Amino acid sequence: MEQSTDKTIITVVGKDAVGIIAKVCAYLAENQINILDISQTIVQGYFNMMMIADMGAAAKPFDECAKDLEQLGEEIGVRIKCQREAIFQKMHRI
Amino acid sequence: MINIGEVRETNAMIEQENLDVRTITLGISLLDCVDSDLRKLNQNIYHKITTIAKDLSAVGAEIEKEFAIPIVNKRIAVTPIALIGAAACKSEEDFATIADTLDRAAEAVDVNLIGGYSALVSKGMTKADELLIRSIPAALCRTKRVCSSVNLASSRTGINMDAVRLMGEILLLLAEQSKDRDSADCMKLVVFCNAPDDNPFMAGAFHGVTEADAVINIGVSGPGVVKTALERVRGESFEVLCETIKKTAFKVTRVGQLVAQEASRMLNIPFGIIDLSLAPTPAIGDSVADILCEIGLEYAGAPGTTAALALLNDQVKKGGVMASSYVGGLSGAFIPVSEDQGMIDAVQAGAITLEKLEAMTCVCSVGLDMIAIPGDTPAASISGMIADEMALGMVNQKTTAARLIPVAGKGVGDTVEFGGLFGYAPVMPVNPFSCERFIARKGRIPAPIHSFKN
Repeated sequence: MEQSTDKTIITVVGKDAVGIIAKVCAYLAENQINILDISQTIVQGYFNMMMIADMGAAAKPFDECAKDLEQLGEEIGVRIKCQREAIFQKMHRI
Repeated sequence: MINIGEVRETNAMIEQENLDVRTITLGISLLDCVDSDLRKLNQNIYHKITTIAKDLSAVGAEIEKEFAIPIVNKRIAVTPIALIGAAACKSEEDFATIADTLDRAAEAVDVNLIGGYSALVSKGMTKADELLIRSIPAALCRTKRVCSSVNLASSRTGINMDAVRLMGEILLLLAEQSKDRDSADCMKLVVFCNAPDDNPFMAGAFHGVTEADAVINIGVSGPGVVKTALERVRGESFEVLCETIKKTAFKVTRVGQLVAQEASRMLNIPFGIIDLSLAPTPAIGDSVADILCEIGLEYAGAPGTTAALALLNDQVKKGGVMASSYVGGLSGAFIPVSEDQGMIDAVQAGAITLEKLEAMTCVCSVGLDMIAIPGDTPAASISGMIADEMALGMVNQKTTAARLIPVAGKGVGDTVEFGGLFGYAPVMPVNPFSCERFIARKGRIPAPIHSFKN
């Protein structure tokens, strides 16, 4: 069977700067969102980070968190996107 | 565990390569709305559509947010209205009131198009079928969201040439009544051979009588994704080419499958099928013709186009059927002229002709789609073009269609502007020789023999 699909993938793309991860993590901690995995890479000079998070106990519903994070991204000059993991599982796993 | 490369690949498809879910189409059976009282019938239809589809738009928006994938259209397909209205409608105007009802219902639930103002007449027309067909100009003139289709032929029954002749005349009426808008009403009417019961794409979507009470069908789209993938294998062998298309089609279809499952769960309506068609839009990089160029043609229409398209269509299906167990609808590459920038370029460069387009439709659906022809084309010639397209579908046991736009007041060299997703199209020349005596014959072309295949 496929992996459980209630995980959320948070991607952060933009110009590298001090404290991006810290700010995102602070938001997640405030809202009881557990981080399961973090990976990051620099592609063509751009900072790319992906987090796998568990929103099972989150203080806010999914779309509110997504909106908050998008806004946070605007403040720190990066693009933050929340997507349910299922879309990646479906596309890349048979 | 999903890795960052995979996440980036998916998001690049969505953000840069125009991967989207083209449509969630909710099929609704109206068979239980039938009443011999027209007023009651209209009430029943409005009530049923607005009840079943009330959450469609909201659910679409929610799925869009959760996966960050655009869902371009939310649409509805209903049982062919010629069947539903047969008991109540005694005139063309009676039928047109049902179109009004469909339009109102579509507006109430916020869907942009509703299909099923249709008749299935592949062998013969009932009185109601004929009334509905004759009411199409009035119905499409006074509604915004209603789409109409007529199934004129099938491999089992042959071609109903009386209906083919009638459709030529109807198209000219539609063109004339909307001449101030470049005959745009013609875009909302398509004729079929072997029309599928579960097609999610407009204008040809209707909810077949063999379907359940309500069902969700999905059309995905990803010409840009396929093209980008092929850019990476330029000059490689056919094997590599085919593998790349298959893998890409698999990924694209899986997204559709996911959206279908989610929509089905949230609306509590069973999932029907995914349509694997590559559906282009006029957006740059969202073109089927560009894929053909990437395969190795200077322009779509060059020698080799039919073979390249056959290959593309087949590999898309092979990748897609692996991704979903329920594939249906049209499931072929769409080659509309106006909705595909690469096709428009090919027409303008003189690379592609109507005859080549016709040949291409032998190896893919949907047929002669969104093709602007001179407004002074005789009705018989339009019927002749339709008959040719029907014959291709009938003999090859596949779906074919024709959506022709005889643009009133315009001729070869002019361009027509349809706006938005419909794009623009140069008017294409039609063979000037007559088929009047052929089309004037009454009756039908018999079904072909299904043996001795050659």
